[in-house]
Parts: sequence; C-alpha cells; structure tokens
Amino acid sequence: MAKKIRSPEELLQFRKKVVAFKEAVKTRIIVSGGTCCLAKGSKRIFELFREELDRQNIAAGVELKSSGCHSFCENEVIVLILPEEICYMRVRAEDVKEIVSRTIIKKEIMERLLYKDPLTGEQFIKEGEIPFYKHQSQIVFGNNRFIDPKNIEDYIASGGYEALVKALQTMTPEEVITEVKKANIRGRGGGGFPAGSKWETTRNAPNNPKYVVVNCDEGDPGAYMDRALMEGNPHSVLEGLIISGYAIGAQEGFIYIRQEYPLATENTLHAINQAREYGFLGENILGSTFNFDVEVHRGAGAFVTGESSALMSAIEGRVGQPRPKYIRTAVSGIWGKPSNLNNVETLANVPLVINKGADWYSSIGTENSKGTKIFSLVGNVNNTGLVEVPMGTTIREIVYDIGGGIPGGRQFKAVQIGGPSGGCIPSQFLDMPIDYDEFTKVGAMMGSGGMIVMDEDTCMVDVARYFLDFLSDESCGKCVPCREGIRQLHKILMKIVRGDGEEGDIALLEDLSEVISAASLCALGQTAANPVLTAIKYFREEFLAHINEKRCPTKVCQGLVSYFIQPDRCQGCTACLKNCPSGAIDGGKGLIHVIIQEKCVKCGICFEVCPDRYRAVEKLSGGPVPPVPADREITRRRVER
Amino acid sequence: MKKVSLTIDGKEISASEHATLLQAARDAGIQIPTLCHDDRLAPYGSCRLCSVEITSGKKAKIVASCVYPVENGLVVETMSPRIVKIRRVILELLQASSPKGRVEELSKVYGTSTDKFEKELTFCILCGLCVRYCSEVKKAHALGFIGRGIEKQVVFFPEIALKSCPGCEGECFSLCPTGILPNKFAQSVPSFGKVQPTVFPVRLWDEDNFLNLTRNIT
Repeated sequence: MAKKIRSPEELLQFRKKVVAFKEAVKTRIIVSGGTCCLAKGSKRIFELFREELDRQNIAAGVELKSSGCHSFCENEVIVLILPEEICYMRVRAEDVKEIVSRTIIKKEIMERLLYKDPLTGEQFIKEGEIPFYKHQSQIVFGNNRFIDPKNIEDYIASGGYEALVKALQTMTPEEVITEVKKANIRGRGGGGFPAGSKWETTRNAPNNPKYVVVNCDEGDPGAYMDRALMEGNPHSVLEGLIISGYAIGAQEGFIYIRQEYPLATENTLHAINQAREYGFLGENILGSTFNFDVEVHRGAGAFVTGESSALMSAIEGRVGQPRPKYIRTAVSGIWGKPSNLNNVETLANVPLVINKGADWYSSIGTENSKGTKIFSLVGNVNNTGLVEVPMGTTIREIVYDIGGGIPGGRQFKAVQIGGPSGGCIPSQFLDMPIDYDEFTKVGAMMGSGGMIVMDEDTCMVDVARYFLDFLSDESCGKCVPCREGIRQLHKILMKIVRGDGEEGDIALLEDLSEVISAASLCALGQTAANPVLTAIKYFREEFLAHINEKRCPTKVCQGLVSYFIQPDRCQGCTACLKNCPSGAIDGGKGLIHVIIQEKCVKCGICFEVCPDRYRAVEKLSGGPVPPVPADREITRRRVER
Repeated sequence: MKKVSLTIDGKEISASEHATLLQAARDAGIQIPTLCHDDRLAPYGSCRLCSVEITSGKKAKIVASCVYPVENGLVVETMSPRIVKIRRVILELLQASSPKGRVEELSKVYGTSTDKFEKELTFCILCGLCVRYCSEVKKAHALGFIGRGIEKQVVFFPEIALKSCPGCEGECFSLCPTGILPNKFAQSVPSFGKVQPTVFPVRLWDEDNFLNLTRNIT
C-alpha cells in the first residue's frame, strides 16, 4: 500500500524521489500498448522483451514498460528506445531477440525496423524526425508514449498532479474558472461550447449537490482519440476532472466510458484506485478541505448516449435516450442536479491551462479556437493515426504534410469531418484552417475529431447513404422527425444508389432535411442531415448523374454498375469463370469470356481476379453493355497491356 | 404563484411560471395540435407536432411547446409558415407508417399529401402514451419500448401483463391515437387472463404476434 500524500510538499518530495530513481536507469524500452497495438501482439512482444532481458542478465539496468498508443497507428507495434530516441516500427515478436542483442547491448541501429517514408524512401532513426510527428505539436497527447498508464509514478514524474496542487493551494474555485474562461477552451466533443462558461453556469446553479462528468462515449465512425487518451494517460483526464470538481463545487464525479472500450475502462479503474491510494481522490485532498471521488459508469452500447441528457439518463439507471434540454443539464442534469459534462480531450487540456497559464494556452490557435485538436486521420491517406495540431493548421497540412498524401497518387476528393453530424469538405477548402467556426460555415462541424480522407474513387452519394444507414440504427427512435425522417432520407438515398432515383428526389431530401434539423429533439437529429446536405451542396453533379443518367461516376454504387469483359483483351485464362460465385460467366479455354448480365450479382470478383497483365474486366456505368462478339474463339496471341 | 407574461400569436397572455407553452396557449384558447401529449402524463416531446417558433431577443428558434417552459417577454408563433411546413412534413412522415386515426384527421386539416414518402406500415407512431400511462398512472409497467432507431417498438411484457392487464381492461388502448390493432386487441382483453406466459415480448402491431397471443386467449 502506497503512502498517502497529504500535502503539496510531500508530493514534491515524492516526485523528486521518483525522478531520481528513473534517472538512475540507463536504458528505457517502451512498447506501445494501446488497443490497436495489442491487436498487433504488443503484449507478447512486451513479455518477450522481459524474458530476453532476464536471459541476457541485463534487466537491472533497463527499464521496460508498456505505454499507451503512440499515435502512428498503422505502424504498430512501435518500440521506443531511450535515451537514444530510437524508434522501431512494425515490430513483431521475432524481432525482439535481435533488438536486445544488437540495439540494447551493442548499440547498433537495425535499419529494417526504422520508419521508411513511403514516398521518398528516406529512413529516420528518431521519432521526432519522422514527417508524421515533425509537423504535429502533441501538447496533450505527447506524454502518452512515455507513461505507463497503470503506473501513477510515471504520471507524477512527468509533472502530474502539479496543476491540482496549484489550483488547491493558490487559487480559489472562481479563479480556476476565470483561468479556464480566459484560456477559452471550447468543448472538444463536438459542440465547441466554451468549457469555462459551462463550469460557471454549473457552479452558479442554485441546487446541490453538483456533479462533474467525463464523456468518453466516443462513437463517430473512424474516431478514437478519446479512447487513446483514456487508455494511455488516464491520470491526465482524472486530474482535469478533479480540478473541474474543485472549481464547480462538486464532490462527486462520473466517468462515462463506452462499453466497447474495455482497456480504457480497465486503465481508468486502475488509475482511480491508485489516485485514491495516493490521496488525490477522497477526503481532504492534499491536505486541503476539498473532498472528491469518482465513479466509472460503463455505457451500454448506444451512440446517442454521447448526447448530454441521454448520458445523464443512463447514469441515473434509465434508458439512455435524450430528454428535452430547454433547461440546461448544467442547471438540471443527473437526478435534476447541476451537472457539468466535458469531453475527455477537453479535460486533458485543463491541467495544461492551470500549469502554464491561460495566456500561454490562448497564444496557440486562432482567434476563436484555442489550443490544439486531436484528430483521428483515417481513410485514403498514407499515414493513418492520431494527429494533434494547433488550431489554425490547414486541412492540406494535415492530409499532405502529416498524412503523407493520398495512396497510389490518386486525387484528393473530400474530407469527412465531424462524423455523422458533420459533413464532407471538398478540395476547394483544403487550405481552410482548423477552426470551430470555419467548419460550421461550410456546413460541417468540428465534432469529436474524426477525419476521414476520401480519394477520387469515393462516391459521395454512397458516403451520404452510409452515414444515414448508421444514424437510422443509432437514433434513439423517440421523436418523429429524427426516427421517421432519417428512415425516409435513407430510403430515398437507397433508391438513388439503386438506380431508381427520380427527378425531385434532391428537392425532397433538402426539404426533409430542413424539417429534421429544425424539429428534432436532440443534437443527433438536428445534425443528422448534415452529411446529406453537404454532399448535395458540394457534389450535386454526382447526385444528378445517379438520378438522371443512372450513372455512378466513381463506379461504386452496385446498382448502377455492370461488369463487362473486353473481347480484345480476354485471353481465355478462365480465372473469372472459376471464381464467379453465381455462374454468370460463359467461357472456356481458348474462348472469349462473356458475362451473362441477368445472372451477375455484381460482386466484382471477376474484376479482382482478372490478371493484371490482361485487365480485361471493366466496370461500366451509365451506358448499355456492349453486345457479345459473334466469334468467340481466340485465334491469335493478343497484345498484353 | 408567480405569473409571467408572454405573447402567443399576437395575444398578450399571463401564465403561471411553471406552465409550458402548450398549457399557456391552450388556457388562452389557442389550439396547438399534439399526438403524444396527455394532461395526466409528464410531457414527453416525441411527436414534435406541437412545435412552435419562439423569438427571444433577436434569435428565433423552433421548440416543442409541450416541454418548453414559459418565459417573461417571449414571443411565440404557433402557425408561422415554418411551423406549418414542419407539421405537414411530420404528418406526411407518419402517414407512411401509420395512416389512420388522429394522423388521418390532422392530415386532412393540414391538407398533406398521402404518398410523399415510401410506405412502411407499422401502425404505431411510438408516441408512448400507452407505455407512459401504464407506468405513470397505473404504475403497472406492463408495456415498454424495445429496440432503437427505426427498429424501436412497443411491447407487452407478458409476465407482467398477465398479472396486471386483466384488472385494467385496456385503458391504454383508448389512448392510442392510431386506432387500428389496439382496438382489435382490446376486444379480446376481457379474456386476457387465459394467456399463456411467453418469454418473448409481444409487439403491439405485429400481426403474427397478435394472432399468437389471441390464439392463446381463446
């Protein structure tokens, strides 16, 4: 049992002791251990390192630890070796022995494990030199890679809980709120509401007790920055929560974690227990008169419980569906009491603001959006992972400088920001700065930070259909405009991608969208039409091609695509014939193969299996399929493409 | 009790500070259509038919009058062009799933087209009147919602319904604004006591389940 820290001085002493102990260690091996790293076998790699260090008898001089996510997700498992800052990527179990004997013992660099730029072929030894990291400024996320989430000493050594000391010792709750207001942190979960004002409203609300809540019900498709923070550096969020409790006058906090995040739950529970042991939670925290404790509430699998009133209903033990919020949850939230809800990332910013001051914080970013924002950069981009950039960075910098551009040299088409409530931002806005208000102007929204890059082969009608598909499942079903409206939006989009679109469908989509946005009960419905509206706004010609010409310009929508075998390219190799699951191909050795359109299920297997040197199968859209050639015998060797 | 004054459709109105816009309007003789509202039940705000346009300062917004509390100086429009459009679309959406009963009546009033949207008949508009009445007034909790989004539905929980429904004889049905299956169902309520317990919730509007249940009854 750890000794309880009862005063700021004791914390200082303890930190000194931990830091001195850590400085005595010569070499440090850090194995990334986020959810995706675990999927790539990082737990086994960690164990193998332990075994190998023991076997080589050098375990005493080496600190081995498992950290959270290192943010360059597509290159997991990442192993970081300090103090040399050697960064090995895509490490597999079979590499461990060699790393220990060559790099740890002989101090050699293993080139094959270094990051190699996919475009230039350049190799980098240090993590900070890699373009993906070089163009970021990870002020919130940076510590993730150095901290073992299960070890509070790591967090304390990095200056953790210093902000809490500062707040409790030198600031009144009002001063904390003033500082947060001055820093102008806006909610990172979607809405972008100023956190300081929310804290003030909750503090000034007449009722007691008050509650503070962390929203870790992240659910936008492709977004996972909250998960990475919660599982990689739970104490930073916890410290922010405790400070918010102090500022607001709450003694109880909740951390609402989505059901599908088992590791985040495990690490958070562990962090809470450690914080209790060390005296950062409980009564008379650090010798002050402030009492505060936290409970974890696990979500039950509904996207909509990320909405504040639904989340609070769920904490109360009722069905997680939104209720009217004409009286704000800051005034009447959990059990009718004033409740402050902040996103994971928002709270992780709070210790920074308190430590370094609002002036420092607000010097980063644009006029109305301060600090940094973490995005999960996914989709058709070379470097996928979590990126943290100052507000004001352009989309182009994120996609090209950090993301390394679009794979295969294809063209950028759009970036989907803000998940199902957001919208698609087309290429003419590539130089738009990351900013809450700029995003809203073009019809998208910051959302929680999902950023899905889409290349020229993406059908925007299909993307809109995908998001409506998601929403029809995730709407709680309570109010008519959202439930029935989304059902009908989805039906109309399905009709269009099937090839049954009619004139007037676009107007109907727009009309219906207007009513859904205006009349729905909660933000899910009010923003549900955004993916459709931005798609129509920026890609109207694609909708028109689908409806008027029955043509999908990107040849994505199955209902509008036909497969056809070019007679002069077919070599009669029978690959398509053998693989067709519906028996829709007529052919044989020495014969030009033909697809029987009536039998074709448009699975695309023939397209995939036709050898690259022939590329005889083509996708057609919008026109008739050419007739079957009269003479199907292949008599001469055809020219290879 | 404190009073607040506000303007609804150009009429100066004084209302109790705890009233909703809907109550204040109805007390002043201004009719606002509703499908999910019942004075005996807590406001729910699901049909959104009672949406009205409010202006406070410079900002105008759409709110559901059944849950929005009155405010001093509020200017409320109950029949602005935007509101009429919203009601028409809501009714057109409901006609695609449940075209009879109150929906049909109101659709005539608002002159909506009956086939704007593709039909998918469920006969239930999920107003929750039956569910809420059973819980809030009868305290029996024999009905509930299951599912989410477009899959959401009202069900009887047979284990509870077996015990509590026979003594009630279908008070919930009389509240139903769609009036199709519930009426058919209601006819068999007197013999509800003979229903065999099942482990599955019984969907109110599903023909197969309905027949299953009535088969057990007779």
